[in-house]
This record gives sequence, C-alpha cells and structure tokens, in this order.
Amino acid sequence: MTAAVTILFDGLAYAVLLFIVSVGLSITMGLMGFVNLAHGAFAMVGGYATVTLMNGLGVPFLPALGIAFLVAGGISVPIERLVYRPLYDKDELDQVLLTIGLVFMATAVITFAYGPAPPVISVPSFLTGQVDLGFRTVPAYRLFTIVFGIVLIAALWLGLERTLVGAKIRAAVDNRRMAQSVGIDVNRLFALTFALGSGLAGVGGGLAIEIVGISPVFAIQYLVFFLIVVAAGGLGSVLGAFIAAVVLGLIDTAGKYLWPEGGAFFIFVATIALLLARPDGLFGKQHTR
Amino acid sequence: MTPVSPGADSDADAARAAAARAQAAAFLRARERWRPAEALPWVLAVGFFFVMPDYAVLGTTIFVMALFALSLDLVLGYAGVVTLGHTAFFGVGAYAAGMLSAHLGWNEPLSGLAFGAACAALAGLVSGWVLLRYHGLAFLMLTLATAILLQELANTLEDWTGGFDGLTGVTIDPILGVFENDLWGHHYYWYSLTVLFLCFLLFRRLVHSPFGRSLTGVRENTRRMHAIGAPVHRRLVVAYTISAAMAGLAGALFAQQNQFVTLDVLSFARSGTVLIVLILGGTGRLYGALVGAVVYVTLEDELAKLSPEFWEFGVGLVLVLTVLFFRGGLLGAPEVVAARLRRTRRTDHRHHGQERRSS
Repeated sequence: MTAAVTILFDGLAYAVLLFIVSVGLSITMGLMGFVNLAHGAFAMVGGYATVTLMNGLGVPFLPALGIAFLVAGGISVPIERLVYRPLYDKDELDQVLLTIGLVFMATAVITFAYGPAPPVISVPSFLTGQVDLGFRTVPAYRLFTIVFGIVLIAALWLGLERTLVGAKIRAAVDNRRMAQSVGIDVNRLFALTFALGSGLAGVGGGLAIEIVGISPVFAIQYLVFFLIVVAAGGLGSVLGAFIAAVVLGLIDTAGKYLWPEGGAFFIFVATIALLLARPDGLFGKQHTR
Repeated sequence: MTPVSPGADSDADAARAAAARAQAAAFLRARERWRPAEALPWVLAVGFFFVMPDYAVLGTTIFVMALFALSLDLVLGYAGVVTLGHTAFFGVGAYAAGMLSAHLGWNEPLSGLAFGAACAALAGLVSGWVLLRYHGLAFLMLTLATAILLQELANTLEDWTGGFDGLTGVTIDPILGVFENDLWGHHYYWYSLTVLFLCFLLFRRLVHSPFGRSLTGVRENTRRMHAIGAPVHRRLVVAYTISAAMAGLAGALFAQQNQFVTLDVLSFARSGTVLIVLILGGTGRLYGALVGAVVYVTLEDELAKLSPEFWEFGVGLVLVLTVLFFRGGLLGAPEVVAARLRRTRRTDHRHHGQERRSS
C-alpha cells in the first residue's frame, strides 16, 4: 500500500514534469509539423537559469521559476526566427539534423559553463520534508509539483478553449491552410506558441532539478520521453499529451520500483504497439498520407 | 490512302519501344561507367598505410564508419527514408558476431562477419516490412523506439550480452588462418578496407541498376511511383534489408576489431553520429559516406582529445550550417558555390538542381 502511494505520487510528479515540458512541443509540432528534437534544450536552459538565479543571485525558488520561463521563452524567439523559420517547408530530414545540431551546441555550451556534474539547489523549507494529508504523509516537493501541474493544466485549458488566441491555435492545428485563408497569421501564431512552449519547457527544467535532476545531457537523455508523450498523445492535442504523460510517468515509475532491471523495456514496447496501431497517436488528427 | 494493318502498326510500336529501351539502357550504362577520378580514394587508402603505418587503427575506424554511413546512404540518400534508429542494425551485427565467439566458441572471422550481416539483415527485413508502411513522425519514433528497445533488451539480457559491463570473451582467429589481429592493427586495416571496397562495389552497382533508379524515384515522388505501378513497399523493404546487412557487417567488423561489445553500439548517439557523417559528406552521392567518415573521424581524433565541449559545439554548428546553407554536404559544396555565382551573374533567380529534395 505504501509502495502504491509512493509510486502514484512519484509517478504523477514525473508525469506533470513530462507534460509541462512536452505540451509546447506537441502544439508547435501540431501547428507546423516541424520535427523539433531540440525542445529539451529549452528545458535545460530554464533549468540552468534557475540554478544560476538561485545559487548565484540568491533569487528565491518560485520567482526563479518565473524568470526561467522568461529566459527560455526569450531565447527561443530569435532562434525560431533565424534558424527554424527557413526550414518550415523543408523535409523532415533537414529539421531532424538542424535540431540535433542545436542540441549538440546547447549541450556543449552548458558543459563548458557549468561542468558535467548535475547542479544542486536548495529549495525553500516549505517544499522540503513531508506534508501530512490526514491519511498519509507525502513528500512536499512532489505534492507542490502536482498541484503546480494541475493549476497549469487548468490555465492552459482555459487559454486554449476560452480565448481568441486559443481558438486561433486550435483552428491552425486543425487545418493550417484554412486558418490562413480566413486571415489568421499562422507564422506569428507559431512564433508565439513556440515562445510560450519553450518558456513552459524552461519551467519544467527548473522543476526537474529536484525530481529527476538535470545535467548537460538532459536534452538528449529525456528527448525520447518528450517525443513519446507528443507522438503517443497525438500532435497538437493537449489532452492527449496529458494522458500520455500520466501513463508514461506512472508506468516508468512503477517499472523502476518493481522491476528495476527491465522496467524501461515496457515503455518502448507499449509505445511501439500504440504507434503501430495508431500512427497519429491517441488524439492526433488523421493525416491523409 | 493505304490501308495499315494493325499488325504493322504494333510492329512499329514494338520497334520504337525496343529503341527506347536500348537508349535507356545505354544511358544507365553510361552513368555507371567508372571515371578515372574514382580510383583516387582507394589509391589514397592504400597509400596512407605505407606513409603512416602508425595510424592503421584510426584508418580501420574510418573504414568501419564509412561502411556504416554507406549503408545509411542507401535508405536515406537514395530511397529518401529518414530513420533515427539505424544503429539498431550496427548493434545487432556487433552483438551477433561477438556472441558467436563468446558463447558458441566460433572464432572464424569471415563467417563471423557473414553471421553478423545475416542477423542484421533479418532484423532489417522484419522491422522494415512492418515499419516502412509508416511515415513522418510515426516512422521516426518507431525507428528510434526500436533501437532503444534493442538497447534495453541488451541491457536486460545480461547473461547473453554482458549487459552494462559489455560483452567480453570475444576471441577472433587469424583472418584466413594467417593474419591475426596484431597490436598495431595492420592486418585489420587491410581486412576492413577490403570489406569496405567490396561493399562499395556492390553498392555502386546497386544504385546504378534499375532497382537503384526506382529507389530514387520513390525519394523524388512516391505517389508517382505508385501511379506507374512500381511496388514501392517491396522496393523499400529490399533496400532496407540490404542496408541493414551492410550496417551489420560494419558492426561485426567493429566487434572483431575491438574484441569487445558494449551497449554503446545501440545508442541513439551512434544513430546520430552516422547521420552526421553522411550529411557532412553529402547524401546520395556514392562518395559522401567515405568523405564524411574521413573528415569526421580524423577531426574527432584530433579535436575531441583537445576539448570535448569545443568538438561537440563544432559538430552542432557545422550541422546547423550544413542544413541551412550546404545541403549537399562537402561534396555538394562546390556546386552550391557555383550556383550562387551563376545566380548573381544572371538576373533570373530560378532554382537549380541543388534543391532536388524540396517538392
């Protein structure tokens, strides 16, 4: 029973992390069909920004997360404009290579600046230790992450379902050409979504320090998991990404607790099986080709 | 008005068709003819050994990488199939050749190579038959996940593969019973160069054959190939299988040379490296894999020791610049420059041959 609750809590916290990082990737890939393998690099930027802010400048944890959002989002704007935009209409090989190149560069810069060891931060006291929920005590940081994730998911849902920009994004994901012909500036929409998604990834990177730890190879190490969330959930689907993240987070955590030697095996079998049956993911729009 | 019998008409048609076929055959044969410059890389490879025998091990590394990149070129450069898991076949070949010696005690190198290639070909046939029906992100993810799945499998089956610690106990008999794996790697230099050369001959024959041309057709316009009745899926599966066999051969060579196999042969990083090597040299150009392997492995040997971060940053930067400006790789760069010069001289800004991939 204790093990079940531990798995549930750790798994959900991990799932929230995966979701926060991946949701932007899912929407931008749904919008442009751009194969972006460098998304984890923005998470890494946010994570290391958090480290610098807290350890170097003494900024408290929560404001540091906010600034990490701005840093990762801000860096993504010129990169999107200068490097990504020329390749929207090119084939996926170019996009794959370009973004692998970006990951390499990010990894090298961060190794150079921070060294290869995972950095440590000291989170505020109210996030350390255990919280008594009445029937059981749970780790405060995990609880915080889960609550943070739920708030964020609610905000995202409201933003996408109840605002004009959200409606435009949904329209463009649904049918880019049609959206363009009714006067939606998809390029601008994409730049905005890209910045927001990268910013969220940055927050995810900041949260990740205390959950899975970050290091200069973070972007490559977790790339597969971000991509699984996006592909299994379906491009452009926030709900799909959320469900995929929860399933992946729970299975991975359960696997690590119950069968450490072969736990990761199941995830890849499940991913392959899912994609063989539904190449467009759980909630992806059907592609015609 | 002279009555034309239907027979005479179809005779004329048949004659025209035969003439067209002969013309097409002559065209294909002319493409395949060896040019004198093509001897250059092989002369250099032979000469390198006598000038710098101390670098024989580096040479072997280059040849293995070149063979691996060549195998990728068949599916990526010629058939236009983008895979993120090509190292699966390198790894299967390496583990197959390694385990043949470590567990079954079969140490004969040439049959070990054949076994590695056969296992990889089988893996290519099965995975290709299933996966090549998919496109886009799904295909990328499936190839990526398959390679990682194999890595996890190799990690889990410790009794067979040695798991994380690597496969030890690989001993390889002397090649042809005479040439053993000496400390300086001299024999393995010739061994791997011979394997690479034979594979290159096969590869060159293959891409100039009607089969190879049909692969290029699939790359350029899959729908049109369907429309003219080409068995697209079957062609791709055959190409994928041959490519897998060649990658398996490279893996088996790697295992025999090092007499040790680690999980690294199945890592995503290796799939990425071979992609980078091929892109650097130029895809779909026969010699791209060779040029890319020479440049990449040599630079890595020099620069990675100097500063790993600098090396990694440089590789990333070169990749980004290649994609943005020199899509043809090193071999295509002169063409790009020439086209730029021509374009500035002319006012006409129409695209030239380089953008063959955009459709």
